[in-house]
Amino acid sequence: MPTLHMVNKSPFERNALQSCLAHALDGDGVLLFEDGVYGAIKGSSVSGDVEGKGGVKIYVLGADLGARGIESGRLIEGITVVDYPGFVDLVTSHDRSQSWL
Amino acid sequence: MSEAKKFLYVNRRAPYGTIYALESLEVVLIGAAFDQDVSLAFIDDGVFQIAKGQDTKSLGVKNFSPTYRALGDYGVTKLYVEKESLAERGLTEDDLMPIIYEDENDNFAEKPSLIFVDRAEMAKMMSEQDIVLSF
Repeated sequence: MPTLHMVNKSPFERNALQSCLAHALDGDGVLLFEDGVYGAIKGSSVSGDVEGKGGVKIYVLGADLGARGIESGRLIEGITVVDYPGFVDLVTSHDRSQSWL
Repeated sequence: MSEAKKFLYVNRRAPYGTIYALESLEVVLIGAAFDQDVSLAFIDDGVFQIAKGQDTKSLGVKNFSPTYRALGDYGVTKLYVEKESLAERGLTEDDLMPIIYEDENDNFAEKPSLIFVDRAEMAKMMSEQDIVLSF
């Protein structure tokens, strides 16, 4: 019964990503979008938390990366970039969606 | 009628700095009319919503904290509180309002609505819901 967790706030402003990761279960997915995409950058003070969730798949919305000038080479290893149809596919392939505002 | 769905309202914000807490409470009360299986979760700053002793007279805004104690009358009797969130904020269970409900299936015995769980139990409870609404 996997959950898709959705995070749209910067992890440097709010603890939404940290709280999300603390509650995500193995097999769940986490989609980073809007300012949440800043959580996908490697070498930050929160990237260790993201890398530490081995059983959780991390996705990031490409349009929000592009808007913020974040190139794919700066992303944490193993993160999958999705487009808007990919966003929809994630929602439909999980049993529920949970927003971390 | 189809089987009741499991609805979870997740509260992660303190009560008066933003409108989230009050809006969540309003939606819970509206949703209570639909006979669903409703639970509330209080995590992170959300635990401040049910702190006892709230007094907003000097602030000039409505103190909506007594409303949590009325939820039982609307059939909302499962309020999950995360122990780690309390501890991180220097709070104990004694710092929260006593919230009880009358169990109509048990001769209206008064029972506690607050359910104290750790983070892992909270995560598991969340994963068992049909619908999760976040505030």
